[in-house]
Amino acid sequence: MADRKFSWPSRADNVLIGKDIQRLDGVAKASGQAKYTADINPEGTLFARLVTCPHAAAKLAAIDGDAAKKVAGVRAVHLFKKIGDEVRWEGELIAAVAADRAEQAADGVKAIQATVKYEVLPHFVDESDLEGAKQAERFQQLTQKNDGDVEAAFKKAAVVHKGHYGIVTISHMCLEPHGSHCRWTGENLDAHVSTQNVSGTPKQFSDALEIEETNVTVTSDYEGGGFGSKFTVDEWGLACAKLAQAAGKPVRLMLDRATELKVAGTRPSGFIDVTVAADAEGQVVAWDSVHWGTAGIGGGGVDVGQLPYPFTFPNRRVSQVGLMCNVGPNRAWRAPPHPQLCAMTQTALDDLAAKLKMDSYDFFAKNLQFTPFGKAEVYAAEMELAAKAIDWKKKWHPHGEGGQGPVKRGLGMALHTWGGGAGPCNCTVKIHPGGAVETFLGSQDIGTGTRTVIAITLGETFGLPVDAIKVHLGSSKYPPSAGSGGSITVGGVTGAHRRAAQTALWQIFDKVAAKYQLESTDGLVARNGKILNGEKTVCTWKEACSLLGQMPLEVQGKGPAKDGLTADRVAGVQMVDLSVDVETGLIRIHKFVCVQDCGLILDELTARSQVLGALIMGISYSLSEERIMDNKTGRYVNADLQNYKLPRIGDVGELVAIMYQPDSEYDRGVVGLGEPPVIAPGAAISNAVANATGVRVPVLPLTPKRVLDALKGGQA
Amino acid sequence: MRDAIDESNADEARRGPGFNRRDFLKGSGVAVAATAVAASVDETHAQKIEAVKKGPANVALDKPTSLKLEINGHVHQVTVRPRVMLLDVLRDDLNLTGAKDVCDTTNCGACTVIIDGKPVYACARTAIECVGKKITTVEGLGDGKNVDDVIKCFIKHDATQCGYCTPGFVVATRVLLNSKPGAGIEEIRKGLGGNICRCGTYDGLAKAALECASAGNKGGR
Repeated sequence: MADRKFSWPSRADNVLIGKDIQRLDGVAKASGQAKYTADINPEGTLFARLVTCPHAAAKLAAIDGDAAKKVAGVRAVHLFKKIGDEVRWEGELIAAVAADRAEQAADGVKAIQATVKYEVLPHFVDESDLEGAKQAERFQQLTQKNDGDVEAAFKKAAVVHKGHYGIVTISHMCLEPHGSHCRWTGENLDAHVSTQNVSGTPKQFSDALEIEETNVTVTSDYEGGGFGSKFTVDEWGLACAKLAQAAGKPVRLMLDRATELKVAGTRPSGFIDVTVAADAEGQVVAWDSVHWGTAGIGGGGVDVGQLPYPFTFPNRRVSQVGLMCNVGPNRAWRAPPHPQLCAMTQTALDDLAAKLKMDSYDFFAKNLQFTPFGKAEVYAAEMELAAKAIDWKKKWHPHGEGGQGPVKRGLGMALHTWGGGAGPCNCTVKIHPGGAVETFLGSQDIGTGTRTVIAITLGETFGLPVDAIKVHLGSSKYPPSAGSGGSITVGGVTGAHRRAAQTALWQIFDKVAAKYQLESTDGLVARNGKILNGEKTVCTWKEACSLLGQMPLEVQGKGPAKDGLTADRVAGVQMVDLSVDVETGLIRIHKFVCVQDCGLILDELTARSQVLGALIMGISYSLSEERIMDNKTGRYVNADLQNYKLPRIGDVGELVAIMYQPDSEYDRGVVGLGEPPVIAPGAAISNAVANATGVRVPVLPLTPKRVLDALKGGQA
Repeated sequence: MRDAIDESNADEARRGPGFNRRDFLKGSGVAVAATAVAASVDETHAQKIEAVKKGPANVALDKPTSLKLEINGHVHQVTVRPRVMLLDVLRDDLNLTGAKDVCDTTNCGACTVIIDGKPVYACARTAIECVGKKITTVEGLGDGKNVDDVIKCFIKHDATQCGYCTPGFVVATRVLLNSKPGAGIEEIRKGLGGNICRCGTYDGLAKAALECASAGNKGGR
């Protein structure tokens, strides 16, 4: 018998892997049948509404929670703060009210609000104001790093560029807000939670509620967007459980839109002063930068470790300052903190290229030797493909030569990297004697296509169509699987499932060989619902499974493992062609190309969707999306979907996702894809605007006002 | 670009006249007939205030009131306060949760339903206003097995990721193609400009709507 080793099928043999496979849960989602946490609504459910603080900094001086209990329909009240407690940012939760109907809960909130008094304290919310932060003592010196001799390198350099750049704070804006539906049966808590971390959530409830983890079941069949912000159950989740306990009825508590934006996660800002230098050939010789920003009241910000991103230049000095602002705290936001690092680095590099009078493409190509993880050749190949797709060589012109009329056209590019190695996953695959296949795992489908890639993996292994596979996920009672963040899910779940499936298939092959008196199982394959020996049919899949007897075959899959099924680390290149109306400041994307590697691609359709979606999110944070804080009142003034501007269907231009998958990539195994394509849009778009107009708009997003201000200032 | 689309007809039409019905109903503190309110949709603001001042007093303003709503071809009876929005009745009273509660400010389109053939944000209408009208929600476009062609095109072009905005886009696409069966890309961009997706499925959405339109699709299943 040949060695039985875990591996993916050879590429040419694949029936499902690498094809366009439609999402298994697509119909459920599109037809409104899919039940998200916010849709859980069993008989008797109470609805909760929140009292939040309107001040950025205050001390709670008075509150009467019982005021709500006099309101018709109100069943329970939870206080998050007691008199004397400090409130550190606008929107912090003060109280929650649960009532028979939502409007009664809202009336309860008003009744409490009438009793609340605050002692207002001084606040600081301007994250771009380094000097102001120093004066207000909201300044925190963080890491400093110094490699090589920056000063000496600057002296020898042919060209030195100094610039200021930045990228503001944004919110996650999950369309399904954070929240849960909690129901008690005796000591057992049954919680539906909008989470990207099903298996990791029971302990958060049990620790806080002082019950056993075995008393808690967490369910999340569908989740309406998390983007890194939904790993914890949070004080509002615990409040939901406590309200349900107090009322003796199930309670649903979802954050309202404004509160969602103010308290449930943001991506930290980054503002940077850079000096960067190159030799006459265009090779960067030194980088020196100080950057600041805020991750909330604790200071923090964009971690300095990977600046300049993603290059390791010979001489480097970097320093980070955190501003302690009275704003909602940050949470991981898709590819933390690479989008900000990329925007702060590759804009400065592009301006250096312009100073060298180099084509940006040639400049980046010249510096690929400084990229990490041995990916220089992949970047070079991807740059070629992207340039061809966007017609770079024909369309390129030096910065500022974007045309004579008021509408200037320009090109920009940027590149990125991400890990995306497989995360921990356990699964139980069951093959029934009648041939049915199902699997159980405590993972989640947050739009990743988790169900679909698992079905592809099992279907390909067993020679069955994807709709023959039942995937059960989204319950903490299933085998534990990692939270979905950092692009670790697809590798994690498919590696574990391929291992389980191959193990099961080998056992079935042994039974088939015994039954049909084959000398060896070496030639057996499962395809099209049959077991084949070479080209010859031995039996059907059902006949093979009937050899299992009365009981189903159950195999546990585990991961990650270093067996070649999964890998980590990707490159990726983006190029954009856009125009800028210098009279209105409006930017229009014409074409946006992403060339992305990610090892073995299981589903081309959903993989392209990940890339295209990331480009759109990138367009959003590059052109329009920002948290706007009012310095005077300390408030988040655009905490709604009217003034927090997301792009709509007409705002995105032509998008091109090119999946880079030569055999060398297929052979690497599966690597995650969710984060990488969202990293480079900021720098690529900013660079294209600089190319079009000859003026650097220093801070993202490039709103019409920022574009016009920069054009007036004429700063290069 | 964005600003043009934000203020587009698609948005305005679904939001309805510039008038906040919730504050109006909650704040006036006088009685008004359900039928009077339901009939007043197309009247001017001033006429509405006049109607409120006059009575007749069949319904106390904040008193639970029995309503009949025709949804997806079935008549549902609910008892709700007049200030309760159609969206909350659909989701909380009738368990029709395909329309999602996302922005609550008539901006995002996740709660889009069809009322008398027109697309409407369900968060922009009180339930009481919808008495006597034909309401279609996304659940009326498919039962999970037999589904509208719009849904099939959405799945083919992967016009969904987390899926939370998707039912709103499905309904908006259906109603757009009902009125413009052969819609081109610009009409699609305008017609779907009243909806927002955070995951960024616009590419698939445009392709799905275009394919459905080029098939001259009308009426669904």
